[in-house]
Amino acid sequence: MDGTGLIVSSSPHQRAAVSTPVIMSDVVLALMPAALAGVWFFGLRALAMMVVCVAAAVGTEAGLERLMGKPVTVGDYSAVVAGLLLALVVPPDLPLWIGAAGAVFAMAIAKFIFGGLGQNIFNPALIGRAALLASWPVFMTRWRWPVFQAPWIPAFDAVSSATPLALWKLGGIKTPYLNLFLGNVAGSIGETSAVAILVGAVYLLWRGHISLRIPVSFIGTVAVLAGLFHQDPLFHVLAGGLLIGAFFMATDYVTSPVTPKGQIVFGIGCGVLTVFIRLYGGYPEGVCYAILIMNAATALIDRYTVPRKFGEVKKVA
Amino acid sequence: MSFTSQLTKGLVKENPTFRILLGMCPTLAVSLAISNGIGMGIAATFVLVGSNVIVSMLRNVIPSKIRIPCFIVVIASFVTMVDLVMAAFVPKLHEVLGIFIPLIVVNCIILARAEAFASKNGVMYSLADGIGMGLGFTLALTGLSAIRELLGTGTLLAVPDFGFPGFKIFDRSLAAVMVILPPGGFITLGLLIGLLNSLTRKKRKAHA
Repeated sequence: MDGTGLIVSSSPHQRAAVSTPVIMSDVVLALMPAALAGVWFFGLRALAMMVVCVAAAVGTEAGLERLMGKPVTVGDYSAVVAGLLLALVVPPDLPLWIGAAGAVFAMAIAKFIFGGLGQNIFNPALIGRAALLASWPVFMTRWRWPVFQAPWIPAFDAVSSATPLALWKLGGIKTPYLNLFLGNVAGSIGETSAVAILVGAVYLLWRGHISLRIPVSFIGTVAVLAGLFHQDPLFHVLAGGLLIGAFFMATDYVTSPVTPKGQIVFGIGCGVLTVFIRLYGGYPEGVCYAILIMNAATALIDRYTVPRKFGEVKKVA
Repeated sequence: MSFTSQLTKGLVKENPTFRILLGMCPTLAVSLAISNGIGMGIAATFVLVGSNVIVSMLRNVIPSKIRIPCFIVVIASFVTMVDLVMAAFVPKLHEVLGIFIPLIVVNCIILARAEAFASKNGVMYSLADGIGMGLGFTLALTGLSAIRELLGTGTLLAVPDFGFPGFKIFDRSLAAVMVILPPGGFITLGLLIGLLNSLTRKKRKAHA
């Protein structure tokens, strides 16, 4: 702080003993199962991508803060989390320099320009992903099947190696649940293995860093809506980036509502948008854009879901 | 107030794009390639100089209540000339710039200079103002489109009208497509304005 006496900070205002570095390092720990699953399924290339993205994110944050004469805040691990999350939601064969460019964009444009941690409107990792998809669509949609065979796909499709959601959308081919659950499918480095993501999510829940409100309302909405549209709910929950998005991205403190009611509204909104993009949109996957759009609505949701204050005298008209 | 100061103020100090933020619509839409930027800049400069001079000459005859329609008629005449000339000699550029050539009629820079400057000042000053502002606009557009052309397509100075494919800096498949899409335009423009502001702020601090 600059010592002027008046400190204006963004919400939450109630302080707790748990500090940002503790939470963020716990998030890194919770992402480890998904990261390890990514390395297991996609090889050391996935590990290289994570190292490059984290290094680029941390380097960008430290460099920009030093350049602008601000206190260097890389010690709070938030840049590590953003870089790691970005690496987990890009294809394994993406050129490393493109991953680095995404991390730089995420930190510089999505976070630093808005004023750093706590001020950004949008989730930096998702902005990084969206920017990469808009910039290098060819590289960002080149998927690879894990080292294992995928016998349920016709041979010609196995060569083109689409994600389970794309296979379903374009060819009506359904990937078996067990493969989706374990992660033995094509997809982004850290999104394929449902079980690894759930292990990390349980850890975060057990540590009390996230609540179930956003993930459950998000995933529940997707399942219910998919069922209403005569789709397979379980498939839509397990396939694509829904689980990693719901547990690790939609729950981001900075870009999601702080009120309990608002968090449920936020989750439902994410779910509705995801299903509509998946079923009617141009892309097979909609989690990234759904969360980003709801990020934009966060301030509005918070405003309309302020908890009721008790003990006030009713105003007489 | 001198002729040269009127001429140079539009380049940096009162740059229409980076400083007074006028004419954003063509700036963002057109700045995809250097040839577009220069073409648009020259077209706008021609209209600006012509309208400034005519408006300044007529400033004592135009009734103030209907001055805006009068300005528009003057500006539209020059825009029609530019439009037809470009369609005849640089048809490909004309096609790329498309609706933004006729839209020069309602370009804020040109109308603002007619209203704020030419209708209150002499012909020579208005001429200098028009040239300076036009060059400032061209300069800004060229800078912006150079960045976007390089990062978004991997080439520089491609001129379809002369059949010149441009200098290839790197392969097109590696180029960041987003830079030549609308979001890239907004982000590049914002960063350039910020950069220019921080540079001039430092300069001002050094003076003080």
